[in-house]
Amino acid sequence: MFRSTLTQLTKIAAPHRFLATTAELAPRVKTFKIYRWNPDTPEKKPELQTYEINLNECGPMVLDALLKIKNEQDSTLTLRRSCREGICGSCAMNIGGKNTLACLCRIDTNTSKELKIYPLPHMFVVRDLVPDLTHFYKQYKSIQPYLQRDTVPEDGTENLQSVADRKKLDGLYECILCACCSTSCPSYWWNQQQYLGPAVLMQAYRWLIDSRDQATAVRKEMLQNSMSLYRCHTIMNCSKTCPKGLNPGKAIAEIKKSLAFD
Amino acid sequence: MARLSGIQKEVTKLYRHCCRCVYKKPEETRPNWRRFIRGEFAKYREIPKRDFATVEYLIRQGWKRAELYAGEGVRDVR
Repeated sequence: MFRSTLTQLTKIAAPHRFLATTAELAPRVKTFKIYRWNPDTPEKKPELQTYEINLNECGPMVLDALLKIKNEQDSTLTLRRSCREGICGSCAMNIGGKNTLACLCRIDTNTSKELKIYPLPHMFVVRDLVPDLTHFYKQYKSIQPYLQRDTVPEDGTENLQSVADRKKLDGLYECILCACCSTSCPSYWWNQQQYLGPAVLMQAYRWLIDSRDQATAVRKEMLQNSMSLYRCHTIMNCSKTCPKGLNPGKAIAEIKKSLAFD
Repeated sequence: MARLSGIQKEVTKLYRHCCRCVYKKPEETRPNWRRFIRGEFAKYREIPKRDFATVEYLIRQGWKRAELYAGEGVRDVR
């Protein structure tokens, strides 16, 4: 059975083997305009550089196009990337006016339109598409994103949690800290130094409602000021842009609700 | 001397800060440090004073590097 299928396959496949090449199709040339800035020549202003790519020879995602440009056209193009499947959050950038992950964003196949790619807005740029996320990570550190307990579990092994309690963390723990939401928030643009931003606040909420965590009071106290939390004016750009489909706006609203009666 | 603009003051502030940090370095390496700091500032002397974006970037970068070099472990620069 197995053998016969194989022979059949080769019979059918052999004559067609060299037909389905990219040369047969009409080329679909798409224009990419990419933000370029080099820190070695700081006096030169940032500019948009144009690249042209035949979509027939390129993968479906924006990251494929960027890597193709880097491999074949211009090796000086700089970007962060790692997992190419939306798990690491390295390739967050502003694509066609929307903050998203390059690896999860399909290329619009309409070749009459050009696609503009910028680094995340309102962040300091290290080079080309690489933003400086140091401050973002510092803010994340400031909410103490780890389990805090005074007591150890009685059996000395694990901190147990009921299924219902675990369910509360769904839609929060999936965040990959790509900073897409924070950098799309106008409140965060203007008050980066004090306002924590949606991504970090969502993680703050994730630790607030964790049934195993015992530092809830301290965590709440940290947010109880006019800037860190209440700079959120429910603009909801965060939920709209999140490439993982999470809802930071709702998480922030929940924190506000629980703080309101303290 | 003409009155300095805000951004020029920022540059002077950074330069003074760097020069002060030199006193925390071992005595024999201080000339090296002074030469280094002067050299780094001289690199961008030609940048027009109205090119704010560039100057602001350089100031930011300068503070970062100053913090890095001010570390206890860094003794000499060549």
